[in-house]
Amino acid sequence: MTSVQSHLSASFAAHLADAQVAVEIETPEMTLNIGPQHPSTHGVFRLIAKVDGERVTEVEPVLGYMHRGYEKLCEVRTYAQVTALVNRLDWLSGYCNEIPFILSAEKLMGIEAPPRVQYIRTILSELARQATFLVFLGSFGIELGALTPFFHTMRDREKVLDLLESVTGGRFHPNFNRVGGILDDLPPGFVEECAAVMDDVDKMCDQVDALLFGNDIFRERTLGVGVIPLDKGLEYGVSGANIRASGCAADVRRDEPYLVYDEVDFDVVTDTRGDAFARAYCRLQETRESTRIVRQCLKALPSGPIMAKVPKVIQVPPGEVYVRAENPLGEMGYYLVSRGGRIPYRVKVRTASFNNVSVLPWLLEGVFMPDLIAILGSLYFILGDVDR
Amino acid sequence: MPIDAYYRSYLQVAAVGLLGLGLFGAMIGLAKVLQPRRLSDLKSSIYECGVEPLGDEWSQSQVRYYVFALLFVVFDVEAIFVFPWAVIMGTLSWAALVEMVIFILILAVALLYAVRKGVLRWI
Amino acid sequence: MDWVDYLIRSVVAVVVFAAILGTCTLLVWFERRGAAWMQVRVGPNKAGPFGLLQTVADAVKLLTKEVFVPDSADPLVYRIAPLLSLLPAFLALTIVPFGPGFHIGDRYVPMQIADLNIGILWLLCMSSIAVYGYILAGWSSGSKYPLLGAVRQSAQVISYELVMSLAIIPVVIWAGTLSTSGIVEAQSRYHWYVVPLIVPAIAFFVSGIAETNRPPFDLVEAESELVAGAITEYGGVRFMMFFLAEYTNIITISAITTTLFLGGWNGPILFGTIAGWSVVPLWGLFWFLLKTGVLLFVFIWVRVSLPRLRYDQLMTFGWKIMIGVNVAVVLAVSFVIALMEQGALPMFWAPPGR
Repeated sequence: MTSVQSHLSASFAAHLADAQVAVEIETPEMTLNIGPQHPSTHGVFRLIAKVDGERVTEVEPVLGYMHRGYEKLCEVRTYAQVTALVNRLDWLSGYCNEIPFILSAEKLMGIEAPPRVQYIRTILSELARQATFLVFLGSFGIELGALTPFFHTMRDREKVLDLLESVTGGRFHPNFNRVGGILDDLPPGFVEECAAVMDDVDKMCDQVDALLFGNDIFRERTLGVGVIPLDKGLEYGVSGANIRASGCAADVRRDEPYLVYDEVDFDVVTDTRGDAFARAYCRLQETRESTRIVRQCLKALPSGPIMAKVPKVIQVPPGEVYVRAENPLGEMGYYLVSRGGRIPYRVKVRTASFNNVSVLPWLLEGVFMPDLIAILGSLYFILGDVDR
Repeated sequence: MPIDAYYRSYLQVAAVGLLGLGLFGAMIGLAKVLQPRRLSDLKSSIYECGVEPLGDEWSQSQVRYYVFALLFVVFDVEAIFVFPWAVIMGTLSWAALVEMVIFILILAVALLYAVRKGVLRWI
Repeated sequence: MDWVDYLIRSVVAVVVFAAILGTCTLLVWFERRGAAWMQVRVGPNKAGPFGLLQTVADAVKLLTKEVFVPDSADPLVYRIAPLLSLLPAFLALTIVPFGPGFHIGDRYVPMQIADLNIGILWLLCMSSIAVYGYILAGWSSGSKYPLLGAVRQSAQVISYELVMSLAIIPVVIWAGTLSTSGIVEAQSRYHWYVVPLIVPAIAFFVSGIAETNRPPFDLVEAESELVAGAITEYGGVRFMMFFLAEYTNIITISAITTTLFLGGWNGPILFGTIAGWSVVPLWGLFWFLLKTGVLLFVFIWVRVSLPRLRYDQLMTFGWKIMIGVNVAVVLAVSFVIALMEQGALPMFWAPPGR
């Protein structure tokens, strides 16, 4: 190297050092516990974060604070009892958790539920989806410091839960499905009431769209934050609105229709940005699509029995089956192994949140504390769904 | 304002200060009387989201914003110069105004320089 | 000046001090009910009529909490920090003129604790000192979340301190005095300064929100990020002091904004007598409280409406936009005043108040 070059590179290095004045001081890394008791982790989720100032250099999610051994418990419960257990996986949309399990049992037994049951199941699944997303739209605002939307979305969620309650008797944990059918028919006046609530939910979506998603601070805080590129998302098995926001139009309801999703018309909402804003906005749009589905189902609701012909004692013939469904948080699947008899031999649950959370160590590297919170909120996981 | 009136107004400020101190003392004293005393090791450990604190409690953290502090000192001193000037500005000549404009502009250029240099980033 | 005058001024000081405490109590209730009203819920309504005594109940509850110092904390600084936060908050309010002074017989009763001739500088001093309360609270706790909160506080408050002083300078140029009562007097002669100085008025109020760590600038105690920020380790009566200081600061900012830009105690009606007594001071107090109350409501309104800024956005907003704009305004105002003084420019907005 000539002297001129070395001089140039030296001055360049000096310039670089000059430009990064604040990086000169070396301090040991600080290890920060975020969770299990933290306002923004929605339960007992824990992140061990190495932080440098407020920049997160490394993050390690610690799961298992809420492990309840449900898969094992399923092995000593009859099929009817298992629905009560799986209700408690993703506790915000308990009803949706029942669907794939019941469908897998029905598939092994070779039973198909009557059409009216299929429609009612679809309606209730979508109601649960709306309730879940309304919680999200509110709580995501809270994480970013906007307190008010929460109370408004919760008010309308209450109406949706009232509907669920009027049909199933339960608000969070309906435990309403039986193999081959459902417990009870719709109460009188449900169709009209439901249609009115759908209007309210749509109105709420419009308000949230204008007030939260239209807010400049909200956009600044979420646009371009926590981008999951499509290939990374697929690599980590991210599903639901999280992957649709990255540009993958994967929706089990359309790709592998169950219930009556092939008979209703709805759009699979996608986005290409893959950031926190896109994830939240996809959920907002999906709430609108969901009310559309419910309206179509209400219109097409057939009459008929609410129970297929099933034996008194449910005995599932030996076999293995995997059934998946599009839950509010993403794809949920049950791998059911039966060796005959009244109880499942093995139930393996694929919950959406567990896979969604697995992307965190990669996603949170190098972000700032406030962004970390925004990203955690936008991924939208439920601890019961992560830990099982 | 005569000189003793000048000091008297601070006497009133001091009275409020004493009232504030009295409130502080009263609150602490009242709490001392009313509070239960059941100390335990667990209670007097620090908050770290419900688990045992990781690492050293007095962990060092890098103050990333010290450039802001430097700039603040510069501009705060500027403000100290500007305030007396502002009070009598109307009675001064044009020269005083021009001088002050030059003074402020120099600092504004310094701020621009800092912005261009990128030290106002949050790192 | 004899002992009667001293007595009068002492009474004023005590009354104002008690009024501040009372207003804080009311403000907490007002905020909770106001926020509840905007958030389709009821808010505190059980303790006392309309839940008015809820704050008192909370205070009693906090007083009966155990007060302890964390093992890792620096005991002395940890204990002093609440005082450092509380005292400047009260001292800053001493310069606010609540109404025009009046006479009882030949005795003059000022409606202001102290009319300092450096009034505005005193406010800036006190708000600078108040920063130490939070910084030392965060640092002395010997814990991580408070430390992060303290670091945020130090950078945020000094930045907006600057914006605040830059926003005051045009008022000082216009009024030609630093005394708060002088500034109000000047506004009573011609117009409120919010008319020609709308930009500094907004800048002052916004930086006031940032100084008091209120949403959307509440990054120091950002609940969803830093749990409770600098005061995470505080509980019981010490926590109550930070709480009290925060609400006192909110009142201060609203009162000072009223004083500097909204004409202080000036209002459309300032006359009349009842039984031979002039009620001008009462009107003055009324208008002052009304304007301050509206600003307090704006504080709450902003809080329930807006999400929180991120730190770099806050700093960029402060340093690049607020400071830049305010420096430009200072220069523009000084030119306009100079031209008006020289007669080169018509006194189009009414002359400066000197």
